[in-house]
Amino acid sequence: MKRARKVFTLSAVALLTLAACGGDDEGGSSSDLPKELGEGEGAVNLVAWAGYVEDGSTDPAVDWVTSFEEETGCEVNVKIGNTSDEMVELMQSGEYDAVSASGDATLRLIAGGDVAPVNTDLIPNYADVFDDLKNKPWNSVDGVAYGVPHGRGANVLAYNSEAGPAPTSIKDMFDPASPWAGQISVYDSPIYIADAAIYLMATQPELGITDPYALDADQFAAAIEALKTQESIVGQYWSLYTDQQASLESGSITLGTSWQVIVNLASANAPAIMATKAEDGATGWSDTWMISSKAKHPNCAYKWLNHIISPQANAGVAEWFGEAPSNSKSCDLTADPNHCSTYHAGETEYWENVYYWTTPTEKCLDGRDAKCIPYTEWVNAWNELRA
Amino acid sequence: MVSGPVLWLVVVYLGSLALLITSAFFRLDDFTGKSTSEWTLANLDEAFTTGAYRTLVVRSVLIAAAATATCIAVALPVAFYISRLARPWAKRGLVVALTIPLWAGYLVKAYALRAIFEPGGANGGGFLNSVFGGSPGFGYTATIVTLAYLWFPYMLLPVYTGFERLPDSLLDASGDLGAGTLRTFRSVIFPLLIPSIAAGSIFTFSLSLGDYITVKVVGGTTQMIGNIIERTLLAPNQPLAAAFTLWPISIMVVYLVVMSRLGAFKNL
Repeated sequence: MKRARKVFTLSAVALLTLAACGGDDEGGSSSDLPKELGEGEGAVNLVAWAGYVEDGSTDPAVDWVTSFEEETGCEVNVKIGNTSDEMVELMQSGEYDAVSASGDATLRLIAGGDVAPVNTDLIPNYADVFDDLKNKPWNSVDGVAYGVPHGRGANVLAYNSEAGPAPTSIKDMFDPASPWAGQISVYDSPIYIADAAIYLMATQPELGITDPYALDADQFAAAIEALKTQESIVGQYWSLYTDQQASLESGSITLGTSWQVIVNLASANAPAIMATKAEDGATGWSDTWMISSKAKHPNCAYKWLNHIISPQANAGVAEWFGEAPSNSKSCDLTADPNHCSTYHAGETEYWENVYYWTTPTEKCLDGRDAKCIPYTEWVNAWNELRA
Repeated sequence: MVSGPVLWLVVVYLGSLALLITSAFFRLDDFTGKSTSEWTLANLDEAFTTGAYRTLVVRSVLIAAAATATCIAVALPVAFYISRLARPWAKRGLVVALTIPLWAGYLVKAYALRAIFEPGGANGGGFLNSVFGGSPGFGYTATIVTLAYLWFPYMLLPVYTGFERLPDSLLDASGDLGAGTLRTFRSVIFPLLIPSIAAGSIFTFSLSLGDYITVKVVGGTTQMIGNIIERTLLAPNQPLAAAFTLWPISIMVVYLVVMSRLGAFKNL
């Protein structure tokens, strides 16, 4: 980190020098932006969360890819990323043109030079995106957009309503005396440590956690302790969404950290599967479609970004995946007219206790003057916990 | 003529192995998740001195050993039956029938075993639960049984070949000298089969040790060394993942040395 700080200081000095000498130079990144779009290249390779790129093969009624392919001639190839970590790894390969990145991946992708800044003038639908999603710390650097906001949601608690009463609190996931003990399903990713931090915010306020992604050494140790205690009541750690879906359907899992899309898929076969948001708060995501810096099909990628946030497609994704759309005009186009109110698309207070996934860094994200545990340590701790 | 394949072996196989091992010595940039050009021993330290990982390695070796032992225990009587008791016309059919599962996809078989072991729950559970009223559920038992099922043909074929090679005269001599079936097996057949068993066990042991998908499908919360390598690689922390791979690599080197002492390579 010392080295990183040195690099930062050096580049700051370099920037100042540049600014002093040039004046009208906007810096390398924004002047490299494409000014206009050419013809499509015939294909586009995407990395996406399950449920974001549907061509009707999952459900014939759920299809916003075919119309795009017909309009633009860009054939869509999609690779499902199961975790943010996997998406970063896939994008580092340079084989893909665009990615639906969550906040715990975006900054890493920008810092690693794996994604390019985006000229939003070339994406007409960007104008209709909710203003409170534009130019956020996780999708822009110094006012330069690195992608277009796609939608946001909270990680829900999936439960089997035939197995007992509905869960209300995140304590049901962690308390050794939980009525669901032994049938609990946990997301198998280091970012899940943040869920333990939310549990501690509810049960041990004396630890003083304000941001579950900004944990100092003591708070981090307490979170790991909570996860170790939790281990004895966990029936499954899932990383493939189909595994959790299968366990929910078969009934061997009756409570779990989940996504609305998994609950939608599982409840089609097992109607008793339902979802709720924990009252004490939840982790969540605010996703951004980004374009690879090594994209082989940049024109098709731009066209895809414009298409996926168009009111029609955005409404389709939001409804299928179970999240709040990013395009303000989408709310009029959802099949369920109440979708935007169900998912609280415009309600600021609902999102107050949703903590969007982001990459923990040594410099505490909540701004306090302390040393926080960086993401690599999160990964090592999670590995040791699961070993 | 020879140089082409040899070059391929050296460059593609040993070269990539060398790259893998070298990458374990680079430091990771915390934020971008890419390796830097700085040298460090921290990855090896993390991978080899952490108690939790040692337990994990021991557990993985025990699971692989148990799967191998299960394969041996089933392969011996089955191979004996095919080789010595079955009618000549039935032999070929039985060998084909027992190796046919190799044609089915890995995931198909793993998920089939998952359907068998599915523990009881709100919806009644899987095959064992609904037919026999109880299932060991997901965990060690299910993992070991599934691995043994997946790799069984690799043990059966060398053991069957071993039985075929046994000279009848030796078995007759053993009988003439008054040895019963068990004594003949212990003192004549088994020692002669050790190279075949060793050869088969190289497949079953190494494939089980490196497996990380079966344990995900039927292992419940159990983890093996492959799971940690996968998650670390995806983290992405390539250097530390490379350091972890040194565990199975060194275990397999030792295992191959021991097996070659037992004569495994004479039978391949």
